Amino acid sequence: MKTQNIFFLFATILALFACESEFESSIEDNEVYRTGDTDFSNYVSLGNSLTAGFADNALYVEAQNNSYPNILAQQFSLVGGGEFTQPLMNDNVGGLLVNGNPLPNFGPRLVLSTQSGSPFPAPFNETPTTDISNTVQGPINNLGVPGAKSFHLGLNGYGNISNVGISANPYYVRFASSPDASVIEDAVAQQPSFFSLWIGNNDVLGFATSGGTGQDQSGNPDPTTYGPNDITDPTLFAGVMSNYVGALTTSATGGVLYNIPDVTNIPFFTTVPFNPLNPADPTFAAQIPTLNNLFGALNQVFVAVGQPNRVIQFSDMEANPVVIFDESLDDLSATIAGALAPDPQFIALVQSFGLPPEAAPTVAGLLGVTYGQARQATSDDLIPLTSSSAIGQLDTNRVGFLISQGLSEAVAAQFSVRGITLPMEDTFVLTTNEQMLINNARLSYNSTIEGLAASNGLAFVDVDSLLAEAQNGIPFDAGVLTSDFITGGAFSLDAIHLTPRGYALVANETIKSINETYGSNLPMVNLGDYRTIATSDNSL
Amino acid sequence: MIKRILTFALFCFAVTQVFAQGYRVSLQGNQALGMGHTGVAVVNNAETAFFNPAGLVYLEDRLNVSAGGYGIFSSTKWQNTETGQFSEVEDNVSTPFYLYATYRINDWLTAGIATYTPFGSTVEWERDWAGSHLVNDIELAAIFVQPTISVKLSKHFSIGGGPIFATGNVSFNRNINRTLADENGVRSNVSIEDSGVTNWGWTAGFMFTPTEKLRIGFNYRSLIDLNAEGGEAVFANIPDSQLVPVSNGITTFDATLPLPAEYTIGLSYQFNDKLLFAFDFNRAMWEEYDALVIEFGNPEIPDSVNPRNYENSSNYRFGVEYKAMEKLTLRGGYYYSETPVQSGLFAPETPRNDAQGYTAGLTFNVNSKLSIDASFLYLRFKEIDESYDFYVEDGTQVPFSGTYKTTTFIPGIGISYKL
Repeated sequence: MKTQNIFFLFATILALFACESEFESSIEDNEVYRTGDTDFSNYVSLGNSLTAGFADNALYVEAQNNSYPNILAQQFSLVGGGEFTQPLMNDNVGGLLVNGNPLPNFGPRLVLSTQSGSPFPAPFNETPTTDISNTVQGPINNLGVPGAKSFHLGLNGYGNISNVGISANPYYVRFASSPDASVIEDAVAQQPSFFSLWIGNNDVLGFATSGGTGQDQSGNPDPTTYGPNDITDPTLFAGVMSNYVGALTTSATGGVLYNIPDVTNIPFFTTVPFNPLNPADPTFAAQIPTLNNLFGALNQVFVAVGQPNRVIQFSDMEANPVVIFDESLDDLSATIAGALAPDPQFIALVQSFGLPPEAAPTVAGLLGVTYGQARQATSDDLIPLTSSSAIGQLDTNRVGFLISQGLSEAVAAQFSVRGITLPMEDTFVLTTNEQMLINNARLSYNSTIEGLAASNGLAFVDVDSLLAEAQNGIPFDAGVLTSDFITGGAFSLDAIHLTPRGYALVANETIKSINETYGSNLPMVNLGDYRTIATSDNSL
Repeated sequence: MIKRILTFALFCFAVTQVFAQGYRVSLQGNQALGMGHTGVAVVNNAETAFFNPAGLVYLEDRLNVSAGGYGIFSSTKWQNTETGQFSEVEDNVSTPFYLYATYRINDWLTAGIATYTPFGSTVEWERDWAGSHLVNDIELAAIFVQPTISVKLSKHFSIGGGPIFATGNVSFNRNINRTLADENGVRSNVSIEDSGVTNWGWTAGFMFTPTEKLRIGFNYRSLIDLNAEGGEAVFANIPDSQLVPVSNGITTFDATLPLPAEYTIGLSYQFNDKLLFAFDFNRAMWEEYDALVIEFGNPEIPDSVNPRNYENSSNYRFGVEYKAMEKLTLRGGYYYSETPVQSGLFAPETPRNDAQGYTAGLTFNVNSKLSIDASFLYLRFKEIDESYDFYVEDGTQVPFSGTYKTTTFIPGIGISYKL
């Protein structure tokens, strides 16, 4: 059957040609993009939660897949980038176990839930299954460790399970190459050809989110003496950063450094306004005359001692600032107590509470302690998101205390409303003074980072400017990405970490900088392909 | 050797998409395909029942049967150099076929029956690829059954035609949008499926034979709307959230897919005993397909309206046939096929631009009654930068663009029998 042979020969030839379509320049075959003057074959990323892909107050698989290093690695693969291994969690729930038991403060991720009646972040109602005693085999390319401060990356034993709760980090326990290893050692051991390093956020962020309850350790280069909410000494920061960059550049032909954004660009600090007390709220409006009467006596004292900025007054027309405790104010408690106790008007007020006139000095003393360092917030103060559940709420401990001092329950309750009659505690407000401490350290870190990038010929990403831009909005193909909490799209439900779309924004800015620095022409990703927040009513 | 080729063929067996235009699959006879799929003015064998029923009455033998099929080897790739994304249509198999039989009742009347698959499309992209909000996969198949009569009005003129019974199946899956996923991170998607959708249409034509050497033919095939009513729509991997307007589960859907009308006019010229030339001009009335509208049974789920705005499109087909030996006839052809898809409406469910088809074929006469027909089609699509601009997200049109490249090769084989 000669013709049949011809038939099959013909078929084979045509099939060979036709089987695969080929582009003139194929992305898949690495024909479109240039590497430039660097080598992406072995990329290692170092950093904290932002590098790990942390989002919605947890680390979970989907978020890790959208970490900016993973997005970068995917683009690097178009110019010869190799496998990029991440220490993936065991589930899409988040949260950690240790030897089968839940690790406190490492619970499931937040989801946007309607369980409470209106959309609000709530913990996902599933059980974490990631046990830190199950270690992940390396080498691990993404060495982002949630919670790490600058000096932690060089800390040996930071991944030692027996030090969890003391000096070790449970996330690093999962993938440290040995209990004694440090993050920087694990990075250098892989001889990266390219690296990214974004560290220093937590060196100020713990202080900021705690409302400035920690210490500013500027001038103290010994991190073993630091508390978790302290600000890291800028000199210490400069030293460790310089060491890390030096160690990484022994093998790497290129790398990228990121600076530290201003807290005023993070919705955790910008969502709750300084003046959340709305006179349109009838319950609050009804209290305004009483409140002004109450604070009237106090205000006379403030005016008398020449501190009129401490006057506390509520408007029935405009939004009212919360009353806050500010440790930087002169302590006027004794002055207040002394001035009020003999004041006949005040004695009358005390009597109106149902107390005998002899109680006036005690009440004056209580008011002195309460308002001795109080003022109304100004637009320069930042009110952390954590305060949203506290403002306007009754402090029951305070009520009990006042009753024990002889006040009736009704009067005790009247003096125990947080942010109105009871100044918001230090943890619920980041005052201008506290912001200044943060910024002094942060700007010093940033000049260290930018200097190291310049002196080592590394790419540099100005995340500070990028997030400032996001405040105004960054357009993408289906709208505008902003920093607004829940609705803006850039920040996840914890209001500090980014969404996949937010991380994609960071990845694009990185690509831009890498292309400029190394002469590559890597493509940016499409922000619209990455999700914002996740919704689920399967929540607690 | 043959086994090896078959193994290889299975490896790269790709797709049945749409060969020529939209989801019209022009593979209705191996003899005709060898000649560039011409045939409206050719009287060769039972394939004429499809190409122009009017010609059947000129067939020399009392009984003619032709049957055959095709294997489709195709590859479509997509890439976007703006973002570095790329994907390709994954392997898939489908086999267009045909079966024609004619019987001469008397000198002026021939009856026949034709069964063929003129519409179909199987496109399966990589799951969750960059265009998955438009399509993950689609499968469409229609079978036409056409009883036919052909009447000779004079030596020079005949007419023919018949009703068409069409039955079709459709299945389609896409992701809900570009980002929605369930609690495990699996992308939310919707599938629709309906089978056994039927409707009627008709075909008619004439053939004019002014001289022994020249024939002129015309054939028309009517529009058939495939109305899927009460098909099954399945929403899957939707997060459990009141903030999402749909939820997991099954509902019904209604949709209409037009199988458009087409007409063909052409001529053939017999130069001598051995050499025949044919030309067909074919026009398909794709304007009918203005949008794919899917109405869901659950009234809370909004209709899915996907503009298509297809244009009528033309095909120019040329073919020659050469009787090389008593036992062997060779054929060759070329056609140019316009796409009905307009720029900016290039949806990846039918990634089709203009194409050039190169065809070859042969018939081997086993004996005086039985012959084997084989054909090859190599379809060449230019690399094209296109977009689909009518996907809407949050009230904004979000184009899906990129570069597409398709290559297709289709071998076919069949038999013809006459008595």
